[in-house]
Parts: sequence; structure tokens; C-alpha cells
Amino acid sequence: MKQFIYGTLLLSVFLFIACGSDDSAKKGAKAGGNNSGLTDFQLKNGIGPITAKLTLGEIDVAKVKKGADLFVQKCSPCHKLDKRLVGPALRYVSFRRTPEYILNMILNPTGMVKDHPEARKVLGEYLSPMTDMHLTPDQAKEILEYIRSVGKEGKENNIPEVPLFRSSAK
Amino acid sequence: MKFLLKHIAIAFIISAGLLISACGSGGSGNSGALNKTAAEKVFVAPGEWDSHYAFVSGGFSGQLAVYGIPSGRLFKVIPVFSVDAEKAWGFNEETKPMLTTSHGFIPWDDSHHPDISQTKGELDGRWVFINANNTPRIARISLETFETEEIIEIPNSAGNHSSSFVTENTEYVVAGTRFSIPIPQRDMSIKEYKGNFKAALSFLKVDPETGHMNIDFQILMPGFDYDLSHPGRGKSHGWFFFSTYNTEEANTLLEVNASQNDKDFIAAINWKKAQEYVKAGKFKTMSAKYTHNIYENSTHSATSKMETSVRVLDASKLPGLVYLMPTPKSPHGCDVDPTGEYIVGSGKLSASLTVHSFTKMQQAIKDKNFDGEAYGIPILKFDATLAGTVQQPGLGPLHTEFDGRGNAYTTFFISSEVVKWKLGTWEVLDRKPTYYSVGHLMIPGGNSGKPFGKYMIAMNKITKDRYLPTGPEVCQSAQLFDISGDKMELLLDFPTVGEPHYAAGIPAEKIIKRSKKFFKLEENKHPYSVTSEAETKVVRDGKNVHIYMTMIRSHFSPDNIEGIKVGDRVYFHVTNLEQDYDVPHGLGVIGAKTSELLIMPGQTETMVWEPKKPGVWPFYCTDFCSALHQEMQGYIRVSPRNSKVKLSWSLDGE
Repeated sequence: MKQFIYGTLLLSVFLFIACGSDDSAKKGAKAGGNNSGLTDFQLKNGIGPITAKLTLGEIDVAKVKKGADLFVQKCSPCHKLDKRLVGPALRYVSFRRTPEYILNMILNPTGMVKDHPEARKVLGEYLSPMTDMHLTPDQAKEILEYIRSVGKEGKENNIPEVPLFRSSAK
Repeated sequence: MKFLLKHIAIAFIISAGLLISACGSGGSGNSGALNKTAAEKVFVAPGEWDSHYAFVSGGFSGQLAVYGIPSGRLFKVIPVFSVDAEKAWGFNEETKPMLTTSHGFIPWDDSHHPDISQTKGELDGRWVFINANNTPRIARISLETFETEEIIEIPNSAGNHSSSFVTENTEYVVAGTRFSIPIPQRDMSIKEYKGNFKAALSFLKVDPETGHMNIDFQILMPGFDYDLSHPGRGKSHGWFFFSTYNTEEANTLLEVNASQNDKDFIAAINWKKAQEYVKAGKFKTMSAKYTHNIYENSTHSATSKMETSVRVLDASKLPGLVYLMPTPKSPHGCDVDPTGEYIVGSGKLSASLTVHSFTKMQQAIKDKNFDGEAYGIPILKFDATLAGTVQQPGLGPLHTEFDGRGNAYTTFFISSEVVKWKLGTWEVLDRKPTYYSVGHLMIPGGNSGKPFGKYMIAMNKITKDRYLPTGPEVCQSAQLFDISGDKMELLLDFPTVGEPHYAAGIPAEKIIKRSKKFFKLEENKHPYSVTSEAETKVVRDGKNVHIYMTMIRSHFSPDNIEGIKVGDRVYFHVTNLEQDYDVPHGLGVIGAKTSELLIMPGQTETMVWEPKKPGVWPFYCTDFCSALHQEMQGYIRVSPRNSKVKLSWSLDGE
């Protein structure tokens, strides 16, 4: 009887593996050189509509003006230049991230937060996922020009957090 | 050894069995429909979508419920004729005009018969229309936003029941009156009903681009009760058919006195003829007050306009406009088959179903094969229009729908069943019990030239023992049948919101492509909208204070407001700055004598708050929007009337 049970089990396991193997093969296919399954380009430049390096020239003053208006409209509810708010302060971002990464973050925040290890790390710190404002690639480039124009080299960590309690005297 | 071999062989057989069941369990139903159980047919796996929408009327809830078929899952209750505190419908300043009538603001109605717009006799999935029975109105609901966009009141009507059915190109949505009344309304003795009370059948023209409705004309009819109606289609396009009862013109104890005549009528209205009469100026312009309310997506606001007149055609005086087809015993349902040839009259007190032929009707009109007249309207001879009779199929026939394969399905209220029968031969093919007392039934596209004859939903008035008890009031229900085979198969029971008088169904692919995800901020033309935090402000205008506020995950701007005084009328005009799918925010304010606001991305809504006491009062977001939703809150300071506190507002001290 024991032999019978073992035999049944053994065969079942064998056959089960045979029919289940298809699925595991699919999962393996995505793995590349790193754990995230992303290409080197994507790791440096983000995931989204920007899939190749851009050549950026001198800062375009006309675009900066439009970008500044858009920043007030679309970004400032959550981002200030010199203050950590809902999201990171953005004065230093153009020195920390590639232009392509910034554009992908603006144009594909949902995908970035879901699949990009850097964006996930930032979400872990700020907890509010960046919202998709459904901007056009041109609008995103105008915002990028604005951010470049106000950019400074430095560390965001140096920006003081808003103190929990403010004295009336400041 | 022999023993061992034998056991290995048995083990192998059992293992193979296990393998088949293990590998097959995740399969996508290629085992063939015949082998599927009812559970498999209605199972929509988590994350998968239903194949059909069903828009089920809410009856005395006044609303319209959206279900997925075949799962029977409830997705949304669209507020139409009744206020809805969840969605601020009738509570916020933007939607109050939608519920305004010539009788003033009305917070409730009884919604009955949804019907989806059509193009060339097929469902086009643009709008669904539904009627308010009590204070007569017709609503148009957009199937892009799943919101009510228009409500028009119907004058000279009472008990707006034989409504709101559309013609095959949505040229018209039609509204009939169940109760006859003095037209125009006046103070008179009820006993003088007979001959003095009248009925008006209204034809509402629908703009093919915007969907906007306008009453093109009304047809003035004898004082019968007009119960249900359906459009002609195909060969009978241009006609509309109404069932009548109380041709006795009784005004009291109708259950006896309106059941005296052996036959009542199905009234056939030639609406193309009516158009000719209107063009020829044969109408009378009657003064009539009725509201026309339109909600605009650009302003996120409704306006209510009072109309002052309506064009009326008198059926008694205009030859060729209306003919009456005698139909036994107080017919209720009046249903037209997909070809437009057959008009089925369900005499509720008759044991048999009467089917009229459109071809025979035309011949009888041509031959003047009349059997007298009623108030100048010719009555066609019963035999001259009769196509056939379904003999004794059940008790209490009510409504009929069609599967597009030559079969009809009729509900029987008293004997609680659906009966399938064949058009042309009139033979009964199948019958299935319902639980219990079925009213309407619905086949997706059943009121069109092209039904989708896979599912049928029976809607029941009584459920008694079918669900867990919930005190004296128990739900009404829908029952889903598979009608793709020779015999109907009951698949699923599911409870409904209010009373499911009727429903309209449509394959999901006709709607999902156009379903709106959010409103673009650039297109927001609300007079009090602000599209960035930089524009937020608080403006005092006497005792009125307007707060131009924004919301985005996860804060309000401004979130600290001071300088409000007791006795002020505070308007929170709140714009949701989000531009992403599925990120609504809400607003609740302590002590507000109204509902919350629930604001979709890109939308602006307004709440009025009248603080009665000094203090610092909080407000907060009511829709869990993000990980920091609990932080989405603010304070508003209220000072005494004579206070010197200046109006100020801020976010994060700025």
C-alpha cells in the first residue's frame, strides 16, 4: 500500500512539474544584467517615452519662461525649489538626475514609481506617489529648461526640513 | 512483482487524472459551453472584466444602477432623479438646478424605463434615457461620464410611464402619460372625468451631436391610461405603439371599473404624419411651464431654464395620425419585434398573448376596415390586424423581448415564469420559473433591430426566501438566464437597488473605449475654478465669502483660513488639480447642513457652509486618496460678527 501511495505521489509531482514549467520559463526571460530587469539606459535615464540620449544645447530662454508658468501650474502644489514639501525640492535635481530621467519622471510617473528602483526609493521616503499631470513631451521639456535654469550643484540633504513646531517669533 | 506492477499502473492512471484536472483548472474555458456549469458561466475572475453592461432602473430610488453581466456585480449607482449625498447630487451648488421643476426643487422620483440611444436600429452606446414617473421628466445620461447631463420636464402629463423609448436613429425619445388629467390643468369636478380629461403623448427631438432634447410636439389623446410604448422599426419605422387601459374612462376603483371592457387598445401613432402636420402648421401652441435642465461638462455646472409653451396636435381632428387596434384585457407590455412586423400586446387579465401584424394594419387602414371610432379616432377591426395568438402560455403576461433568432420571451407575473415562444408559429418552446413575480425582462439590445441574444435578465418584484433576511424590507432582484441554447438556463440571482422596473443592456466594447478618465483642467470653465495653487484666494462680498480652493494629494490650498464671521455664507469652491485616473478627493466641513463634495480630477464643485458659532472648525478630505490622506485637512476660524480679525488664508505659512 505504501508503495502505491509513494508511486502515486512521485508520478504526480513529476507530471505537475512538467505542466507547470512553462510559467517559470516566462518569468526568467525578463532578467537581464541586474535584479530590476531594466537596461542600463533605463537605470540611468528612467522608463518612459524618452528612450535615447538627448542633445541639450544652451538653456533656451523662451522655453524657460513657459516652463516657469507650467511649474507654478502643474508642479508647485507638491514641489518647491528650496523646500522639501510633498515631493523633493527641485533646485538640485538637474545635477542629480539626467535630463532624460527627469523627462521620464514627468511623463511617466506611474510607470517609474512602479518599476524603477530609484523612483521606488524616493517613494519610500516621501510616501506620496508622484501624480501624472498628463503633460505633453513639449511641456515636459519646457519644465526641464526651467529646472536647468534655476539649477545649482549641491545636495538636497542640506535643505532643512520644515521644523515640526514653529515659534511665533520665527 | 505482479502486485507491484498492478499498483504502478493504477498509480499512473490516478496521476494522469490529477494532471488533467491540475492543468485544466487554469484553462480559459475551452472545454465547450455544453460542459460549463452555471458557476463557470458567471465567474469573472478577479481583475477580469464582464462582457456586458446592464443599466438597471432603480424604481422608487429614482436612480440608475450599473451592473456587470454575467457576474451581476454592482459598479455604480448613477444619481438621476433623487438626491445622492455620496456624490453631492442635488446638494452641491452645481447640480441643484438639475432637480428643479415647475413645482420647485424636488429631491426624489420614481425611475422606470432606461433605453440606450440607437443608430440605424442598433445600440450606439452614446446615451441612456430614463423617465421619472411621478413628476414627469426624461433624463439623458452620458455613457462617457456615466453622469446625468440633462433633465427635461414633460408638461400636460401625469404618471410618465409609457416612456422613455427611442426610435431607431434616436430621432425621438417618447414620453406617454399613464394618468389622464384636465389639459390644461384647472379646478374641476373629478366626476366629470369622462370626455373631459385628456392625455398627451410627447415626442422629444434629440440633437444628434449634443443629445440635447426638446419637445417637438405633443399628441392630444382621449382620456385613457397610456401604459407602455415601443417604436416601430425597419418596415414600421415612423410609427410608435402605445398600450392603453381604462378605455372605460373610470375615475374611481379602477381595479374593477377599468376592467370592464373586453378589449382596450394599442394606439398606433404615425409620427412621420405628425411631422407633416407640424410643418403644415396644424398644431396649437399651448402655454405650458416646464423646466429644461442641462449640465455642462465644461463648467461642471447645470442651468435650469423655464420653457413656456408646447406645440399640440389633436388626434381627434387630424386624420391619419392615430389608429386604435383592439387588444384584449388591459394590455400592459407593448413590444415590437426586431423586424418591426409584430406588435405584441400583453393583456394582463387575459390568458393569451395578442400579436398584431404591421403589414395587416397597413392593409386595414388602406381598406378602411374600421369598427367604429373613439373621439374621432378610427378603431381597426380586431381580426384585420391580428397576426396570431399565443394560446394560454401562462397567467398575467407583462412584457416581451426578442433574441434576434425569431424567438420571443414573455414574463408572466401571476404564474412567476418566463415563457419562450416562436414568432409566426406562436408555439411555446420553453418555460422557466422565476423567484418571484417577475415584471420586466431584458435582453441586451432587446428594444432594437439587433438584439444580442446570449443573456436574458428577469426582474422580480418579490424575493421572500431567496436571500438572507434583512427585516421587513427585503431586496428585489434580477435573475440572469443563458438563452443561447434551445432551453433557457438560470445562471444567477442578484439583488438590485430599489425596484428594477426595466433595464438596458449592451456589450461592453461599445462603451469602454469612450469612457472618460478625468476632466482636463485647461477645459475647466467653471466661474470659480482655479487651476493652480498660485491663484487660490478668499474674497469677501458682503456676507458672502468665496473660497477659491484647490486640492491635490494630499493637501488643500489654502488650508488655514481666518476672518470668517458668524452669519457669513461661506462658499467652498473646490477644484481637484489632479490630472490622473481614479484620484477623486472629497470635502467634509463640520456642521455643514449639506452633503460632502466628491470631486473628480479636473472638476470644480461648491459647498455652502453657514457657521453659527465662533470657533476654529476643521475640514478634511473624505475620499481615501493617498498614504497621507489622513493628513489632508484644514482649519477655518470663525469670529463673532463684530470681530476685527482680517480675512487671511495660507498654506504652509505662505
